[in-house]
Amino acid sequence: MDHQYCEVKLSVQPCRALVDEKFKVLVQKAPPGAQLTVRSHHHSENKHEWEAFGHYICDSTGALNLSEDLSLGGTYEGVEPMGLLWSLRPVPGSKPGLRLRKMNVETPMEVTVSVYQGHLSEDFSEQRALAAVVVERWYMAPGVRRIPVTEHGLTATLFLPPGPGRFPAVLDLWGGGGNLMEYRASLLASHGFAALVLDYLTNELTKTTGKMMENDYFEVAFKFLEQHPQIVGSRIAMWGLSFGTAMTLKMAVYSNVIKLRCAVCYSGSHIQPVDGSVKDIKEYMGKKRENIRVTENQEVIFRDLTLPVPKDPAFKVDMGRLQCPLQVVVGLDDQSWPAYESAMDMKVMMEEAGNSHLLTLLTYPHTGHLIEPPYSPYVRTSILRPFPGGVSFKVLWGGETAAHSRAQEDAWRKTLLFLREHLYDMRNSAVTSKSNL
Amino acid sequence: QPHPAKSQHLKEPCYLSVQPCRALVDEKFKVLVQKAPPGAQLTVRSHHHSENKHEWEAFGHYICDSTGPRGTYEGVEPMGLLWSLRPVPGSKPGLRLRKMNVETPMEVTVSVYQGHLSEDFSEQRALAAVVVERWYMAPGVRRIPVTEHDTMLCSGPGRFPAVLDLWGGGGNLMEYRASLLASHGFAALVLDYLTNELTKTTGKMMENDYFEVAFKFLEQHPQIVGSRIAMWGLSFGTAMTLKMAVYSNVIKLRCAVCYSGSHIQPVDGSVKDIKEYMGKKRENIRVTENQEVIFRDLTLPVPKDPAFKVDMGRLQCPLQVVVGLDDQSWPAYESAMDMKVMMEEAGNSHLLTLLTYPHTGHLIEPPYSPYVRTSILRPFPVKVLWGGETAAHSRAQEDAWRKTLLFLREHLYDMRNSAVTSKSNL
Repeated sequence: MDHQYCEVKLSVQPCRALVDEKFKVLVQKAPPGAQLTVRSHHHSENKHEWEAFGHYICDSTGALNLSEDLSLGGTYEGVEPMGLLWSLRPVPGSKPGLRLRKMNVETPMEVTVSVYQGHLSEDFSEQRALAAVVVERWYMAPGVRRIPVTEHGLTATLFLPPGPGRFPAVLDLWGGGGNLMEYRASLLASHGFAALVLDYLTNELTKTTGKMMENDYFEVAFKFLEQHPQIVGSRIAMWGLSFGTAMTLKMAVYSNVIKLRCAVCYSGSHIQPVDGSVKDIKEYMGKKRENIRVTENQEVIFRDLTLPVPKDPAFKVDMGRLQCPLQVVVGLDDQSWPAYESAMDMKVMMEEAGNSHLLTLLTYPHTGHLIEPPYSPYVRTSILRPFPGGVSFKVLWGGETAAHSRAQEDAWRKTLLFLREHLYDMRNSAVTSKSNL
Repeated sequence: QPHPAKSQHLKEPCYLSVQPCRALVDEKFKVLVQKAPPGAQLTVRSHHHSENKHEWEAFGHYICDSTGPRGTYEGVEPMGLLWSLRPVPGSKPGLRLRKMNVETPMEVTVSVYQGHLSEDFSEQRALAAVVVERWYMAPGVRRIPVTEHDTMLCSGPGRFPAVLDLWGGGGNLMEYRASLLASHGFAALVLDYLTNELTKTTGKMMENDYFEVAFKFLEQHPQIVGSRIAMWGLSFGTAMTLKMAVYSNVIKLRCAVCYSGSHIQPVDGSVKDIKEYMGKKRENIRVTENQEVIFRDLTLPVPKDPAFKVDMGRLQCPLQVVVGLDDQSWPAYESAMDMKVMMEEAGNSHLLTLLTYPHTGHLIEPPYSPYVRTSILRPFPVKVLWGGETAAHSRAQEDAWRKTLLFLREHLYDMRNSAVTSKSNL
């Protein structure tokens, strides 16, 4: 068994990085002008396989640089050095409706990058790769401390940056799916922000008592941060996504306890019964079932549930009373929430009230609902149980792979700059090299 | 104990970042401090707890410039935070920092303090701190220990060229160079040829055939290209490397690398004979006024008798020789000069690449390894003088490593002028 000596050299730099950092993929010593497939492969924590690949032609020296060379086809096209990550998708034959989300943020995501001869699209496991390397993508920088929080009835995880502090903080709220999604908070701590991710829908108290959490739950979480010896109480922000934005805006405008330095809302809305409890808000959002649309592929579109934007002020947060800077991020193809319509209405309310200088609005075309940290694999639909304990649907999130992925990268960078500006008073900060942010 | 008071006057947080926070040990990082008061005096300090529980530190004194509304500092010699690491005051003397477990990273805490501090750091409150991980193994590299040797295999289906890695007279299995080589695409086998199990149980020293068995192991390995094997020796390892490269009928090297070594040895001698020869002229051992022992003269002057030096004219593969001009332990320079003459006379000097570094000592390690001028070397219970000066020696380590990797890429991968990785890596 004398295999031909394959001299092809593959390098991915850096081989270990935070998930929001770029890498460079270089191939050398391939046959000049050869057709090559560069493929990424990942085994998720719940044992599913994901892959992405690009079809290339190397140059006359046998070299390929994914930062400069064009992918001619595959799961991504064009000059896309990070396409091997954001275009990851379940391998053929996988269970439908999967979504890739890291649950254990203390270990890295491992991705194998390989090079094959020819333009392959399937049956990779039956081919012999010319070369392969393993890349680690981390959700936590070294020295970041992960601290589960259960005091005062909270179900939360606190991430503290390394160092003596004190640090500004972000209260991190996810959406209707519930549970504790730690990966954004751990990344924030890796960038110098203490972060508390709060489970407010499927938390212990709700599970045991059956009662949904109310305003005071969020206020307790805020006070926990405010009084923490390593956190600067006057520099706390809230970041909500989806249903988390409803909570963020409610607290930002109406809470007497929660004083935010700034707030961030992704893929959200200000439409809610203003005097309603969290339970009322949830019910209001699911009420107009006749507005739910279903595509010919049985994908469910929820965005019209709260449209049209109410004229009655009792059903939308009074944005004119907002007193802190707010960054609103909207995917223009969001099929789950009416983020664009809501953003337009918020803008009008704030212009009329004279506080629109507080608003930064970022809208992204061909971008859907799930605006995640950069290079997170894009999914157009996935199976979701929108209300814990309820029925599961194949939800249409919207967006197109490449545009949505560019939006994730841009929004993340701009949100970190926004947070640095307001929580660290750092304007125009180029803290890290371009390849990082 | 009360929490630091909430009413305590809060300095605005200073922002420290070190990029990248995880890297291979031969990669550079940048240190950036922002939001310090302009013109402020700052101390940037690194701190490390070694595997054997000693503390090492390094620090630099800086002054923030007044760029923008707040000062910023970008360290001019950020890697000095690593290569100038030294044991903290009060440590046991003669320490040397070497990573034994290459599967875990070296963790270094980088902190910034107000003022120009030089001691008592633990009593000061840092303005900020981050943790940096320095790895000896890239992801996917496989470590395969066998009793006398450890093989490091690169990730991927292979096949790979290989390096047979030999350390010096201290013995034991030092894996960190081999793991780094595997991280760069070279399978590597580090061989314990002095303190291995066979020697420990039988009392007999290993001979030529031991090295040949190791070479054959690599040659026949299904993931290694047998025609593309190199040997890399340091110190006593160079004596073995040159012996095998020139005289072995079994070992056919694509190329060889010798760091801080010598070709001076009894040509027909066993490994045991060579060791004894090298320690014979005890009258040549010098001791400084600080009780530091200088071994370099033990085999000087360079013999004229060809029976006592490897016949370099018979070398058939490219050889890179790296020499510290202040090497106080081995006569690397004198040997290199003699090797050059032998090869010029024999007509094979085109095979020789000679790199000499001023103010550089004996222990030419991977880049950014902390420099030590002396240390206690077992089996000798003495303080050995290695030579060199911190900054020059550290620059030499960086340059030699880069050039040796290029040399290996050229001969083992047929890659000339390869810029495989970005400048900040190599």
